[in-house]
Amino acid sequence: MHKNKGRTGQLAYHFMMAPGMIFLIVFSFVPMLGIIMAFENYVPAQGIFGSKWVGLENFQYMLQIPDSWNILRNTVIIALGKIIFGTIVPIIFALLLNEVRLKWAKKTMQTIVYLPNFLSWAVVAAIVINVFDYTGPINNFLTGLGMHPIMFLASNHWFRKIMIGTDVWKNFGYGAIVYLAALTGIDPGLYEASAMDGANRFKQLLHVTLPGILPTIMLISALNLGNILNAGFDQIYALYNPIVYETGDVIDTYVYRVGLLGQQYSFATAIGLLKSVVSFVLLISANKLSIRFANMRIF
Amino acid sequence: MIRSKSFGSRLSYVIIWIVLLALTALCFVPMMNMVSISFSNSSAASANQVGLLPVHFNLNSYSLLLEDGQFWRSFLISIERVVIGTSLNLLLSVLMAYPLSKTTKQFAARNIYMNILIFTMLFSGGMIPLFLVVKGLGLMNTIWALILPGAVPIFDVILLMNFFKSVPESLEEAAMMDGASKLTILFKIYLPISVPALATIGLFAIVGHWNDYFSGLLYMNNPANYPLQTYIQQLNVDMTKITDPSQLKALASVSNKTLNAAKIVVSILPVLAVYPFLQKYFTTGLVIGSVKG
Repeated sequence: MHKNKGRTGQLAYHFMMAPGMIFLIVFSFVPMLGIIMAFENYVPAQGIFGSKWVGLENFQYMLQIPDSWNILRNTVIIALGKIIFGTIVPIIFALLLNEVRLKWAKKTMQTIVYLPNFLSWAVVAAIVINVFDYTGPINNFLTGLGMHPIMFLASNHWFRKIMIGTDVWKNFGYGAIVYLAALTGIDPGLYEASAMDGANRFKQLLHVTLPGILPTIMLISALNLGNILNAGFDQIYALYNPIVYETGDVIDTYVYRVGLLGQQYSFATAIGLLKSVVSFVLLISANKLSIRFANMRIF
Repeated sequence: MIRSKSFGSRLSYVIIWIVLLALTALCFVPMMNMVSISFSNSSAASANQVGLLPVHFNLNSYSLLLEDGQFWRSFLISIERVVIGTSLNLLLSVLMAYPLSKTTKQFAARNIYMNILIFTMLFSGGMIPLFLVVKGLGLMNTIWALILPGAVPIFDVILLMNFFKSVPESLEEAAMMDGASKLTILFKIYLPISVPALATIGLFAIVGHWNDYFSGLLYMNNPANYPLQTYIQQLNVDMTKITDPSQLKALASVSNKTLNAAKIVVSILPVLAVYPFLQKYFTTGLVIGSVKG
């Protein structure tokens, strides 16, 4: 009787898992089989099992063309820039906001800076294009100073900087809320004790506040590190153009452009596979790092 | 906190306010500018005369927008996607989170499922194999191409699972005594307790579905089937692809900058409507998220 009851429970649990698992099998595991394409010269008419096997040819080709190094460099530079500035700016904002005692002002500022996070990249791109327009406000300001206007979004000198800057713009409000939550978790007694010991505000910041939010900083950085090969497809695709491919093309935009639009399915799958493998390793390492340094599991 | 009234601390307070206000303005002004353009006279807008406030306030662009059939078609597609997509996300998350919240003693295969989920979260076949699967299933140009590939939000499943773990076991035992089935227990006992967690996940799913433009671009061959954000993204394309300043001037006089701004403003409204709730639940979500399993 008792055993039987346990078994029906098991069956019920399996039934509950089933719908979700079916979706995962179709849209996650079947595509994983598609990785085979990376080792073939895939021709849609012949299918995955009919196409010719070419082994590592696609990967060798990848190492030969200059595009590969370009997109790798762009991906890492853009992602690193976003990680570094995307960590510093929200921390600074949260620390400063924490000093404000006027509740309504604090709340209002928090609400405004949090808002861009909820806009789509399509909308933010429209805003960015408007601001950096050839006759837009920034160029108006520059010409007002007697300088020449700049085609910001068609400039290889500016493109990556704008990608990093606008990403920080969109996301720092969200990050600030996370850090503010971490700040409220610090024991106020620590501040009183350090003030008793004669620590000034700056010393309190250094010895109480920063150590207090360090686990949060570590956790978020570790998570970001796992995303280093995702330099932000939605953003870059919405803003780039052929002139800035040289500095703006990242792995995902390249895979989409060359693979899907150019129909080089096998070659693009090979690049995508390499990216998945490297990302996987990075995420596993990030998890190990965050367990070790922040005592927190990501997954 | 102990605060001295020295000159130095007052000065630092002033600096803090200046930096905070500058950063807030940096976020506020570009968004406000877009809103103002949409309410401005179109010649003032294309001459870039609009700042923080509308120039020659009027509603012309909005009355033009009412007649734009494609815009509203895309709007409806996005609404449809949000409703079906979010419901499916929530249903699947709840169904999976409940068994996974059990111990291996209660549900023997629990860890196997969990490992599969984590593996799927970390590793993927990539954009092209997924595209071919969606195409092979005949989902192209249907709303299901936008919804089904992301039907299981694994991160949300884990979040809910952690939330379910905190539900006292005695509640479930009492219900079992009364002869309730697992499904009844899940929907009659667990769900009512989990409203804050579900609201958090649901609201983020709504925003995620509403804001996604790329799957529309990927899976819709026909622009008539674009969801709203893909439609908006296509408006930008004209602007980014132009590199010659003289061409740009020509475009500014033809394209209706105020109309485009109105489209963008209207596309943001649904997100603004859920925004207050998002903010309210966000802290709760953070707390749930930080309880790791």
